[in-house]
Amino acid sequence: MKDRSLKKVLTIGSGPIVIGQAAEFDYAGVQACRALREEKIEIVLVNSNPATIMTDEEIADKVYIEPLTSESLEEIIKKERPQGLIATLGGQTGLNLACELYDKGILDKYNVKLLGTNIESIKQAEDREMFKNLMTQIQEPVPESAIVSSYEEAVEFSKKIGFPIIIRPAFTLGGSGGGIAKNEFEYGEIVHSGLSQSPINQVLVEKSIAGFKEIEYEVIRDKNDSCIIICNMENIDPIGIHTGDSFVVAPSQTLTNNEFQMLRSSAIKIVKALKIEGACNVQFALDTTSNRYFVIEVNPRVSRSSALASKASGYPIAKIATKIAVGYNLHEIKNAITGKTAAFEPSLDYVVTKIPKWPFDKFSTGDRMLGTKMKATGEIMAIGRTFVSSFKKAVTSLEERYTGLLERGFKELGDEELLKQLYMQDDRRIFRLAQALANCIDINKLNEITKIDKWFIYKIKEIVDLELELSKTNISKELYIKAKEYGFLDSEIAKLTQTSIEDLKSYNVEPSYRLVDTCAAEFEAYTPYFYSTYSEDDEVEEYKEKSREDDKKPKENIVVLGSGPIRIGQGIEFDYCSVHAAQELSKHGYESVMINSNPETLSTDFDIATRLYFEPMNIEYVANIIKKEKPKGVLVQFGGQTAINLAEKLNKEGVKILGTSLESINATEDRKIFEKVLRELQIPQPKGCAVTSAQGALNAVKEINYPVLVRPSYVIGGRGMQVVYNDEELLTYITEAFKFSSEHPVLIDQYIEGQEVELDAISDGRDILIPGICEHIERAGVHSGDSMSIYPSRNISRKNEKILVKYATKIARKLNIKGLMNIQFIIKDDKVYVIEVNPRASRTVPIMSKVTGIPMVNIAVSAILGKSIRRAGYGVGLYKKSNLVSVKMPVFSWQKLNRIDPALAPEMKSTGEVLGVDRTYKKALYKVFLAGGYKFKNTKQRVLVSLNDHNKKPALPVIKKLFKQGFFIMATWGTHKFLEKNGIPSKMIEKFMIDKLQKRMKNGRLSFIINTPTTGKNSQNAGFQIRTIAQMYGVPSFTSIDTANAFLTAHKVFDKNTQLTYDTITNYRKKKFLGLFK
Amino acid sequence: MGTLILEDGSIIRGESFGAQKELKGEIVFNTSMAGYQEILTDPSYAQQIIVMTYPEIGNYGINNFDFESENPQLAGFVVKNYSKHDNHYQSDKNLSDYLIENNIPALYGIDTRSLVKKIREIGTMSAWISYRDLDDDEIKQKLKEIQGFKVKNNIIEDVSTKEKYIYSSSGGINMAFIDYGAKTGILNSLAKRGCRLTVFPATVDSNEILEGNFDALFLSNGPGNPADYVYQINQIKNLTGKIPIFGICLGYQLLALAMGAKTYKLKYGHRGGNHPVINLENNKVMMTSQNHGYAVDMKDMPKLMRPTYKNLNDDTLEGFEVSGLGIYAVQFHPESKPGPLDAGIIFDEWINIAQKDIKRINEVQNER
Repeated sequence: MKDRSLKKVLTIGSGPIVIGQAAEFDYAGVQACRALREEKIEIVLVNSNPATIMTDEEIADKVYIEPLTSESLEEIIKKERPQGLIATLGGQTGLNLACELYDKGILDKYNVKLLGTNIESIKQAEDREMFKNLMTQIQEPVPESAIVSSYEEAVEFSKKIGFPIIIRPAFTLGGSGGGIAKNEFEYGEIVHSGLSQSPINQVLVEKSIAGFKEIEYEVIRDKNDSCIIICNMENIDPIGIHTGDSFVVAPSQTLTNNEFQMLRSSAIKIVKALKIEGACNVQFALDTTSNRYFVIEVNPRVSRSSALASKASGYPIAKIATKIAVGYNLHEIKNAITGKTAAFEPSLDYVVTKIPKWPFDKFSTGDRMLGTKMKATGEIMAIGRTFVSSFKKAVTSLEERYTGLLERGFKELGDEELLKQLYMQDDRRIFRLAQALANCIDINKLNEITKIDKWFIYKIKEIVDLELELSKTNISKELYIKAKEYGFLDSEIAKLTQTSIEDLKSYNVEPSYRLVDTCAAEFEAYTPYFYSTYSEDDEVEEYKEKSREDDKKPKENIVVLGSGPIRIGQGIEFDYCSVHAAQELSKHGYESVMINSNPETLSTDFDIATRLYFEPMNIEYVANIIKKEKPKGVLVQFGGQTAINLAEKLNKEGVKILGTSLESINATEDRKIFEKVLRELQIPQPKGCAVTSAQGALNAVKEINYPVLVRPSYVIGGRGMQVVYNDEELLTYITEAFKFSSEHPVLIDQYIEGQEVELDAISDGRDILIPGICEHIERAGVHSGDSMSIYPSRNISRKNEKILVKYATKIARKLNIKGLMNIQFIIKDDKVYVIEVNPRASRTVPIMSKVTGIPMVNIAVSAILGKSIRRAGYGVGLYKKSNLVSVKMPVFSWQKLNRIDPALAPEMKSTGEVLGVDRTYKKALYKVFLAGGYKFKNTKQRVLVSLNDHNKKPALPVIKKLFKQGFFIMATWGTHKFLEKNGIPSKMIEKFMIDKLQKRMKNGRLSFIINTPTTGKNSQNAGFQIRTIAQMYGVPSFTSIDTANAFLTAHKVFDKNTQLTYDTITNYRKKKFLGLFK
Repeated sequence: MGTLILEDGSIIRGESFGAQKELKGEIVFNTSMAGYQEILTDPSYAQQIIVMTYPEIGNYGINNFDFESENPQLAGFVVKNYSKHDNHYQSDKNLSDYLIENNIPALYGIDTRSLVKKIREIGTMSAWISYRDLDDDEIKQKLKEIQGFKVKNNIIEDVSTKEKYIYSSSGGINMAFIDYGAKTGILNSLAKRGCRLTVFPATVDSNEILEGNFDALFLSNGPGNPADYVYQINQIKNLTGKIPIFGICLGYQLLALAMGAKTYKLKYGHRGGNHPVINLENNKVMMTSQNHGYAVDMKDMPKLMRPTYKNLNDDTLEGFEVSGLGIYAVQFHPESKPGPLDAGIIFDEWINIAQKDIKRINEVQNER
């Protein structure tokens, strides 16, 4: 039963989105909070990530958007005095923090109980040596391994065991710092980076069992020792590729009952031995030719896999884990979907496929090889009644340029080259496999090379064969139905069979929707979700009827389009918006219908929208759902570019787009119209034009003059965007840009290096409400998603503030904006230019909602539905400022991605963000660096400075500041000379002495680097190399002098020994005099 | 194109991938996601047509190690999709070939989810499965033929061994085992734990058991309506109190009936590997493998029978004991095959009880 002593509980979030730790912990955290609410427990929540739903004040009672450090947590604990702490829902970050709090005696000191799995169990699971010992004790097999804390020890092991060897650092997330070494050279590299990245300087080196099947079990145990398996999952990719980077199916497809149960029993035995109270993930390697298996690792917490398992099975793992944490046992908890007990194991009557979403389309220079270090930023999940349909839908869900398996440019490779490339384990391997199957290469051979189970290869061959059949045969209704059952899109079938889509539509073949109900239809389900299939019965009407309240008329519904997988430029913030939009709709008496393909998010939780369709964010799937649901209209402005990109196609299908009209959306995206609109409104803008050819581009720059900003239209996160300085660079980038999007022209703009300013507004077509204005710390030229930004703005004059509001109002009225809008400005020489208008929710909406207390999405939905924003109670125009000051900082995942230049550019590279909040700018700035993981040290160390010619002069005050603050400056030749001339002492260092630098970084004798990049993406240049090495050793490298300047300001706060205080976001927003009476 | 006709008049078409045969049976569904080979060869499915809720079946073929009896006893097999190409290092043959060889009709391409919902709503029905496309007249005739179909009231005699035999000849416990259609998994579970097993046919007389001077008696699983087996119930009545008796599934039901309890038919039974069963003594929950269409009525049960396990889905009785008489039985399948191995500890407990009993008898005899 519930532990009645718990009145107040502290929950730790997982911080910024980074590779290996994404939206799944927001989903878990929110579920946890809702579970605690049900128990009437007061929730204190701490998270530095402002884009999350868990940091909403309606989710937790006290929301602290503060750095996740043991210092801040101690203060918060001291203030709030919670009886309990839940640490197993905040990813590796939450877990590591809980351990730290425990080790420092803070939990004991304030009498805080760690709820759920206890600290000994966590340590036993996380510490490689303790875990290995436990496994030996309970006779569970682990691969031969050694735990080492030095390179010498590591070599001892490799001599004994031979290569290949897997290296796994202790206590890091997503396997960061790990890898597989095939030889001594690679071994040295990976062991070094692993040791440096592990917080306890420990890595596990183990005999590689690459090629085994990788199987995972999601386990829940309660304190009464009841233990159940929620779901098992099989990686299509064999051991050797991180599960986060693997194609995964649920449930396992190729295991016999004996194998399934053998591993299930092992998982339970381990979880019982660890005395887990809550959720746990156990990973196994299973031999393909015997029943030999190994335990790979356990995660004593909810994880990405548990989010996937929850969505795949319908079982809310985080929620149940929370109930267990507050004292319940499994048999005392109900399964919300069936109304039966939660002490059961879901049975699936469908197949789930997960495919990771990698950022390689953005990072063209990035290393695409997959290994033990996770590289995917997000993932999609697809549900099908058969494996082939599930797999095909999953590939469609990736939202890539091509949807087919054979359109990936491998057709031209000969068999020999194809086979050679198949040995490469990168993100395109499955497509090479498909091409090899189309080329009729022997399946045994393909299995031998890829180690992918032949069952999967046979199934992929079925898809390939059908694709080939379609391209050879005339279409018939029978063949069409088969293709639909296999998950083919009409667009694919039309292209392959050279028929028109209209002809295909004349067959009148409709999809049917089936329920995910956790029990394979054994019991009636109450709050299920849907996926499409063909040639089966439909369950939507039946479900609607059953779920309708008695005698009530059916309500109208509105569709909310989600944002698909998390990727750079389109992150968790759009899930925040989608969820709020769905929730607001029900307040207005509508049913909400959510469509999304992302298993990590809250929007795909079964009880957020009235109905959820777990489907690809592809026009055909979306249109089919709309045909089924017959909504009043569709909301496209909350699901990021994914949703906006569907607007035009939906409009063509006759679907009503609610809010800002399609014409207005186009007006902001179409260069010419947009220019005209601004001209009419007499709003200055940088000179620019849209071109459709290279010659057009060359002509254009004659008028605009270099430097110019080049970018393709209709893209996410500034993909393919670049500042260019001459013809040569221009031509290179134009070609590149057309590669990404050939349908849309390339935009060329005058590049103004001024103060960048940004605002979000809500408009009802007449009035607009601007919660606040943000100013960027980095000067223009850095993507807004990658720049630090301050709210409220500090350097904008009253006069210009008024101009910003005036421009925004004019634009909103002119375009008849209904809902949200984001405008980006540049101020240079006291003149305000508008550079971009996005007629949709932006990345900053969750932040602005939180720092101002204005529920932006909710008001936007009201406005879309016709309510005046005046009635929302926040007035119109620019909302008043409070005493709160916030600084947003982007967070990058460099350590996960090799060979990528960390230099800030117009192209977005960050994966997440943190927010520093306080009552003064300096403290907020200091906090945001702490939240971003920067370490401040008392002893002053070396700083390497290397500036390009462009930046030397503007950097001078910053370098002076650096010197004054007592840092020892090392500078490259040109910079050294420049500093010398300006009277700043520095030690000259040869740019080419990279080895020496590397050594310094490794030994932690370099505090940070200030390195402004020269233009071009030349990976040979020394700056690039220095930055890359720095990212490998986790040495901060500032590529904008403005960021460096901000860091020095923050450092000063640290130097002064400033005592930080922590407060809830609600209190920060209160006026000071209110604070006095508290 | 094959045909499936349900008692309620539903006609469902699918592709045949089994034997060219047609017959009637009782249609039931199983929710296990793995273990089709064990299910196919579980004799408790005699005269039943099994619908698998999991859509991909046959992925790892049929091997030589996972048979639960020599021959499949089911009437027919219905799936959404089966693997024409299976793959597993143990696989000996494709599922389709196995079904054809063993003369079992089977259909795929069926909307199994809708079929299962129908069974869930209407209850277990009789059905006709045919490998061919039946015409309207044939359908009418078959529909008539299946009305009122019941599993044969002496079906256990068909699936039981005809002759007594020794299953394992070494071990500390000398156990009699009555085969009502036993799964090999149960025999193996007992043999592995040190039971010397003498297997008797379902028609065995109680005296033969008593004369054998066994340490304990085990009653196996099996098909059909337990209340039909009056002869077997009477034999058990003759044995209670004279020898420790353990029972699984049908064995459990027959023991309950012998003790004076009643059984009733469940609407659509429990068949799958995810049935939560709670131990009423310590509230620990286990996932169990189940396959039964009848349940023991908990409301109308002699006081002597102490409930030990309960199903958490529908609160039906899952186990009881009469410790004074040395009777212990469970409705579910601790041997798994297929399904979770959680309940395997029940065999350990029972073996313990049997050993203690032997020790006690030895002590009594020594005193004498």
